[in-house]
Amino acid sequence: MGNIAMAFIAAGLGAGISVFGAAFGIGKLAAAAMEGTGRQPAAGGDIRTTMIIAAALIEGVALFSLVICILLATKS
Amino acid sequence: MRKWFLILPVLMAAPAWAEEEAGEGTPEKHDVAGFILHHVANAQEMEFEVPLNPDKNVVIELPVIRLSLVPGSCQAHPPQAGLEGIADLAASWGALTAGCLDLSLTKHVVMMWLALALLLLVFLGGSHRDKSKLVPHGAGKNLLEMMVLFVRDELAIKNIGKKDGPRFTPYLLTIFFFILFMNLLGLIPEMATATGNLAITLGLALCTFVVTQYASIRAAGLGGYLKHLTAGVAPWLWPIMIPVELLGLFTKPIALTIRLFANMLAGHIVIFFLLGLIFLLKSVAVAGISVPFAMAIYFLELFVALVQAYIFTMLSSLFIGMGVAMGHHHDDSHGEAAHGH
Repeated sequence: MGNIAMAFIAAGLGAGISVFGAAFGIGKLAAAAMEGTGRQPAAGGDIRTTMIIAAALIEGVALFSLVICILLATKS
Repeated sequence: MRKWFLILPVLMAAPAWAEEEAGEGTPEKHDVAGFILHHVANAQEMEFEVPLNPDKNVVIELPVIRLSLVPGSCQAHPPQAGLEGIADLAASWGALTAGCLDLSLTKHVVMMWLALALLLLVFLGGSHRDKSKLVPHGAGKNLLEMMVLFVRDELAIKNIGKKDGPRFTPYLLTIFFFILFMNLLGLIPEMATATGNLAITLGLALCTFVVTQYASIRAAGLGGYLKHLTAGVAPWLWPIMIPVELLGLFTKPIALTIRLFANMLAGHIVIFFLLGLIFLLKSVAVAGISVPFAMAIYFLELFVALVQAYIFTMLSSLFIGMGVAMGHHHDDSHGEAAHGH
């Protein structure tokens, strides 16, 4: 198996694993946000804003790995 | 009115028609990856596509401006066409270290200038108001005031403090609206996303870095700033501590860069790829699934454009606030240290 083939496999695996991590993290975040809003509906707006910010930051980390996967996959 | 919304999926399918040109070589095989990379990456020409008529595409060649800071370096490193990804970066880095400054106009630079022109138009036009009336009139001016006050109150003053917040508000406003305009411009059909270029986001993050260091030095003085690099450990630990602290100093702008770049790039690639599935699977029926998905991701991209501009600005204001707080730590006692945050 040549280098390019292994680079493609690595890119695919990397993207898959990092998406799993991101989805897991954001899922936990959403669960906590739902629970917090259920306990105190008045704080719903604040919780929603904080949730969106945290989701964007978690997604940013997942996209770090996406950049590396793109580098691997477009290496000609 | 609601029935008219059904036209939206048809309009969103328009890029699918523009993709006809991808199969130039052989009629059987469509190079979807090459098509996507061509549309998302920077290029030396601006190409305006005509749907259903790829031969009539309007291609504007942009000027190549390369300055040889070291005489003869630009001749020695000619611009190489057709390099993708890492090889392209390596070639341009090689030219730069040799002394050739590449100031060419490219697609993303033109998009940046367009965002600049829009910024000037919107803010110079929308900010001048009748001083005799206390309250701005009109939807546009009020909307602008709402957003400007949001950045000042929620981001600048909340993170930096009441005293220094207004000082850094112009920078934060610039960053917020510049990134927002560049992100939104990328979503218009014939335009490109300037923030999908690593160099542009790196430039923005470097601006934040410079402002953060300026804020730290201003608050703590040059001596206090350097003392923070040692983080209060014994002098024999400094050879370990200072490189680690310097590294930590640079991770924040790098994270800002890659977060904005990857978010903008990934969204557009996903949209292109969903539409490219129609060509990969070679059946029109796929369009029934592809186009609504692409539309959903398009609306997500609109949201992400706003959120990423906000996150960049919020993190910038947070870092500036941390820099400004560097000056306060030595003044008050430890019991009050928690009060500043």
